[in-house]
Amino acid sequence: MASKQESQGGEHEYSAGLAVVSADKIADPGLEPHRVRMTDKSEKHEKRAASQVAGWFLISIAGSISAIVFYFLFPINADLNTVRTNTFFFGVSAALGMLAIGFGAVHWAKTLMPDAEVAEARHQTRGSEEVRARAIEIVNLANQESGFSRRKLIRRSLYGALALFPLPGLVLFKDLTTNNNPSGTLRHTMWARGVRLVTDPLGTPIKAADVTLGSVFHVIPEGLNELPEDQKLEQKAKAAVLLVRLDESEIKSEKEKAWGHQGIVAYSKICTHVGCPVALYEQHTHHLLCPCHQSTFDITDDCKVIFGPASHALPQLQISVDNQGYLVANHDFFEPVGPSFWERSVNE
Amino acid sequence: MSNATNTAKKGGFLAGTANYLDERVGMGGILKEFGRKIFPDHWSFMLGEVALYSFLVLLLSGTYLTFFFQPSQVDVIYDGVYGPLKGAHMSIAYKSALDISFEVRGGLLMRELHHWAALLFVAAAGLHMMRVFFTGAFRKPREINWVVGFALFVLAMGGGFTGYSLPDDLLSGNGLRIIDGMIKAIPVIGAYVSSMLFGGEFPGTHIVARLYGLHILLIPALILVFIAIHLFMVVIHKHTHYSGPGRRDDNVVGYPLMPVYVGKAGGFFFLVFGVLMLVAATVSINPIWLYGSYDPSPVSAGTQPDWYIGWADGALRLAPTHLEFLDWTGHTWSWNILLPILVLVVFVVLVAFYPFFEAWVTGDKREHHVLDRPRNAPTRTAIGAAGMTFYAALWAGASTDLIATHFHLSLNGVLTTIQILLIVGPIIAFYITKRTCLSLQRKDREIVLHGRETGRIVRLPHGEYMEVHEPIDDHELYKLVDFVDHQPTVARPNAKGKITLGARMRAAWSRFYFEDRVAPVTTGELAEARSHHENHEVAGSDAKALH
Repeated sequence: MASKQESQGGEHEYSAGLAVVSADKIADPGLEPHRVRMTDKSEKHEKRAASQVAGWFLISIAGSISAIVFYFLFPINADLNTVRTNTFFFGVSAALGMLAIGFGAVHWAKTLMPDAEVAEARHQTRGSEEVRARAIEIVNLANQESGFSRRKLIRRSLYGALALFPLPGLVLFKDLTTNNNPSGTLRHTMWARGVRLVTDPLGTPIKAADVTLGSVFHVIPEGLNELPEDQKLEQKAKAAVLLVRLDESEIKSEKEKAWGHQGIVAYSKICTHVGCPVALYEQHTHHLLCPCHQSTFDITDDCKVIFGPASHALPQLQISVDNQGYLVANHDFFEPVGPSFWERSVNE
Repeated sequence: MSNATNTAKKGGFLAGTANYLDERVGMGGILKEFGRKIFPDHWSFMLGEVALYSFLVLLLSGTYLTFFFQPSQVDVIYDGVYGPLKGAHMSIAYKSALDISFEVRGGLLMRELHHWAALLFVAAAGLHMMRVFFTGAFRKPREINWVVGFALFVLAMGGGFTGYSLPDDLLSGNGLRIIDGMIKAIPVIGAYVSSMLFGGEFPGTHIVARLYGLHILLIPALILVFIAIHLFMVVIHKHTHYSGPGRRDDNVVGYPLMPVYVGKAGGFFFLVFGVLMLVAATVSINPIWLYGSYDPSPVSAGTQPDWYIGWADGALRLAPTHLEFLDWTGHTWSWNILLPILVLVVFVVLVAFYPFFEAWVTGDKREHHVLDRPRNAPTRTAIGAAGMTFYAALWAGASTDLIATHFHLSLNGVLTTIQILLIVGPIIAFYITKRTCLSLQRKDREIVLHGRETGRIVRLPHGEYMEVHEPIDDHELYKLVDFVDHQPTVARPNAKGKITLGARMRAAWSRFYFEDRVAPVTTGELAEARSHHENHEVAGSDAKALH
């Protein structure tokens, strides 16, 4: 839309577009008449409002002082109730110290300061034609004096320099990680042939005979608890496993039966959606539910996804028993556990 | 201020200070320019103020917390006063958060104040955004300020999330686990980005310190810069005012900054601070000691993110099953995660660019300083309602498990219902809102033309019953007729005689916006209605202003 010429008032006349500009618009009657408040007409009311405002400020002073008093009056110690008492009395008094200032100030403004609305002129944001002309002139002058448009070589080399100078900064971020093969480390967990399944968090080995029908064990690999503290969580975030015993006749998948031990099956506990622990086991339906986003897995059928946003089954850990009757892993997981990533299914 | 400099000669501390400041920083000129600036008054204008003051409370309480909090994931054994965790391994970050809660007087209060202020900050900013949207305050010349405010809203969510992740308790760790899962889904670079963020494998020992840097430095600094720009533009444009008698695009009606707004807005800061302090002192939030240190294995069911992250979490939950597939190179496309992210991004971009879109449709290049009543822009209001419904469905999606357990419903049923509502809900909301707005506009016309229903029934001599209508006064009447009315356009050929695709699109959108319209009453219509009433009076009875 081309804008029209400057009107005589100095204000720019803009196109109204699809807005209907009606000549028959009802005339603006101007501001409503001001209603006089009680505090404006009656000295009694005015005085009362003034003492109310001062009263609020005095209450605030009392609040602030009592907060300081309570701070010292209610020290905190090993008894956690003292924390509650201190927090409550200190906090409420300090709050009073602030709220009363607020009430006082707003009351002051509303009852004693002038309440007649006033109008102030508002000018267009756009500069006047002279200002705009001068602005353009300045830009042109700067261009002429520096030769920015004229000196192509300078200009283009500057663009190049400006484009490249942040790159060293970007390279600096490389060492945010020292892992050169992040997708590779995601493929391996602590599980390996002969690693015992132990309980989380105590680390007790689990005898196959102790896993009764319907029971659930939260499992970690043996040796995880002995890792240095700074590696423990990383390993646990991949190796956590959920162990249940099912009636073998209920297991639908032959692979699942074969990878388990007499109906005892072990599955990665890390959700294949975004990695929360799939910690809720519903015994009578044999469903595993992730509490974060409700992905549901059928533990009798390879832990396939039957509901929710996850897309692939929980990986199964192949297990057997060692010569002392303890459950052990036969192998690491055959696929990466946890959330998907770009290279997940690419063979390395 | 010239008075102040004159009186300076007479002495007095205040006058002396004023003179000192004027001679060094030009205080006189500053006060002359801003001291009597007029601000309009309306409760909805306080929403932005609430956000601003909550942010100040965040800065104050947050600074206090930094004096005690240690963002380190080095392992320690807890030996503090909280019995249940005695002897447990935990990070220094978590331990220092516990110590702030239990071993620093007022520390728990400050933690709770900080958390409540964060919730209020994002809530107030969101409501402020809705106020600006529904009143059309984003129209020229304020489109850019809308984008600035929008950036503030996104930064606020970022500040909230980085802070949520700092205590290194079970909840914050699980939040990070979800972020990790989302990042890993990014095509090609996902695993690398995750590795760089966490400094190796999840959870690593770096993430808390890294988020801490963002949380206490970069994000608050950016928020401050954007707030400065936001307020600077408010000064340049002067505040909008609601339509009404005497309120025009070329004036601003309200009270002067000094003294009225120093009193009102200054007092309001103390009210916001005081209310937050009161809530912090009495209502517990994020009791980190209950959940324990982060461990990737346990999780507590029914946990909820902070409210403003809910819609993102909900989007993740609502994704249908089996959206992940391999491409021909064997690489994984996790559309179950990418699709929700895409939905969020598209929604956010649509919100950010809405003002430019509406400006293109209306072609209205004038400055608008008088706000629309939402009913007077039916299509915009309906679009806003549809957007809110969409957001609300995503948000409810984050609580499917709680809805199901509290109301004894099937979890799967709740989720499917919300999936449907996400698509259907906005359409229904759009339709209902638009019809409601148009009806309200028609009601306004009725009131203008025929006056207000009084509820008094009068029986005329010939037996007819009528309700007495009272005309409304000119000021009230003007409020009902002063709005911008638009008409749809048709696609017109351009200078080359071609009807461009753009022109066709704009015509189609203008029909979408303005095909159903209720025009404001004109002087002619009003005069006709009034003369009609007078005739009625003469012919009918002595009752006044009968309809």
